[in-house]
Amino acid sequence: MLSATNARVSWLLLLPMLAIMLVVTGFPLANTLWLAFTDIGLTGRGYDGHFVWFDNFAYIAGDRKFRAALGATFYFSLVSVGIEVVLGVLVALLLNQPFKGRTLVRALLILPWALPTIVNAMMWRLIYNPDFGALNALLTQIGLIADYRSWLGDPKTAMNAIILADVWKNYPLIALIVLGALQTVPRDLYEAAAIDGAGVFRRFWYVTLPGILGALSVALVLRSIEAFKVFDIIYVMTRGGPADKTKTASFFVYQESFSYLRAGSGAAYALTVTAISGVLIGLYILMLRRQGRTA
Amino acid sequence: MRRPWWLSALIYMCVVLLVISIVAPVFWLVVMSIVPARQLTELPLRWLPDALDLSRYARLFSLEPGSQGLAFLSAMRNSLTVAFGATAIALLAGIPAAYSFSRFGKMGLLYGVIVTYMLPPVALILPLYMVFSALGLLNTTIALIIVYCTILLPFVTWLLKSGFDAVPVDIDEAARIDGASVLGVIRHVVLPVAVAALGSATLFALLLAWDEFFYALLYTNDLRAKTLPVAIGDFASGRMTDYGLISAVGVLAALPPVVVGFLLQKSLISGLAAGSTKG
Repeated sequence: MLSATNARVSWLLLLPMLAIMLVVTGFPLANTLWLAFTDIGLTGRGYDGHFVWFDNFAYIAGDRKFRAALGATFYFSLVSVGIEVVLGVLVALLLNQPFKGRTLVRALLILPWALPTIVNAMMWRLIYNPDFGALNALLTQIGLIADYRSWLGDPKTAMNAIILADVWKNYPLIALIVLGALQTVPRDLYEAAAIDGAGVFRRFWYVTLPGILGALSVALVLRSIEAFKVFDIIYVMTRGGPADKTKTASFFVYQESFSYLRAGSGAAYALTVTAISGVLIGLYILMLRRQGRTA
Repeated sequence: MRRPWWLSALIYMCVVLLVISIVAPVFWLVVMSIVPARQLTELPLRWLPDALDLSRYARLFSLEPGSQGLAFLSAMRNSLTVAFGATAIALLAGIPAAYSFSRFGKMGLLYGVIVTYMLPPVALILPLYMVFSALGLLNTTIALIIVYCTILLPFVTWLLKSGFDAVPVDIDEAARIDGASVLGVIRHVVLPVAVAALGSATLFALLLAWDEFFYALLYTNDLRAKTLPVAIGDFASGRMTDYGLISAVGVLAALPPVVVGFLLQKSLISGLAAGSTKG
């Protein structure tokens, strides 16, 4: 079907994009790969260092702090994405019911999504403020806590406080996606199920869930990829503290590379993080391909 | 189907809770930006402002050297430059690429492009830093425009590809028979039909660039190139105790994307539905 001229035209049209991507993404990626096998520093202007084979990776394998950072990242990703999915589905089901002002409430879901990540982080940092924050004021005024607390300064609460801020911003997107999918579930399926005597939960399990599962799983993987990269919200809210409890993998790589000025081991850490993300990304591409075939 | 009264009551109760949980934090951010400073540090905290204080907004729009207004306005300018610059490049290279993917296939390559969009930035930061440093481009908006292409270009290509898929192939074939070149077909036939997709791709790209923080933090260090997110990071984590001023910066930085978000509402919802079910 593709004639020779068409084939040439198709490549010519791709050329500007491919050229840019090769320079801004392809080259740096290949270069990170090479750096990871060297002990180059980030101080000088040139590449002053040696090829050290797998030394960096051997070092990483035994690095407890990096393992702790990975653990923090997994905790953050699993808990925040888990809550976002459950909350997203519940809110979508709620907004799928007829009630007055529904259109307005649906539009309101855009607000957290559109708020810049940094503004969201800063807003919650102020709300959590240990001396004058709104959360402390609210909880003491309704009698839930007796004294003001340092939500972001206490190793026991810091990560969960960050997760709450992340969930608030990101579950509305999942709710919107699920809401879109809900609209494609045929009405008569519900009616048929109701006539067959299926209760609310059985109807959800056998009618609703299969209808939204495709969209939901794509949203889930996309959010996981995003969550695994988490950096900005951590940087603004805690800078990895207290006691490294909120130091995630991206933050760790950032510090290793730019505070301690080590390009070689920084690149090795970066590659490890990229490889883990790669598994999630591969899963996502697999889903896209499967749905591309059925659509 | 009729609902029993208690179910309706339950639904309205949940809706009220939902609305409060969404609006309250943002409402409080706005309140913090307009109450007098002493009320913010008063205990117990009172929730409604007893006087209106717009002095912070006035301060943020002053251009005096060394003032916070100058920091804010420079960051605003840099953010606009970077967002529009990167979006323009992404569209210029992304439109023909998206058309090629839509009409001539190469799905494997398209998936490759999508993969690069999802890569964690840590995979690229070090070499880009070294190159920018060698070229003397650190702390310039040009550097940010270049790196933002790593995010915006694959994203725009992907979004436009599904937009172009919805345009029937027959109309570009008809134009080709009439003697139009491929670029002519894209410009005069496909883009006018896919104008909604083009519009939403543009706005999404602007939002992405406006929101970016990691690269901007690494590659900029003063008024010449710092973008709004980095400036907000400085404001928020500095020793500054004027929470009202920080809030005012946040409100102003959030205003453009929130307006764009509501404009995008329709295409956001349909785009999400389409983007999440089709490749």
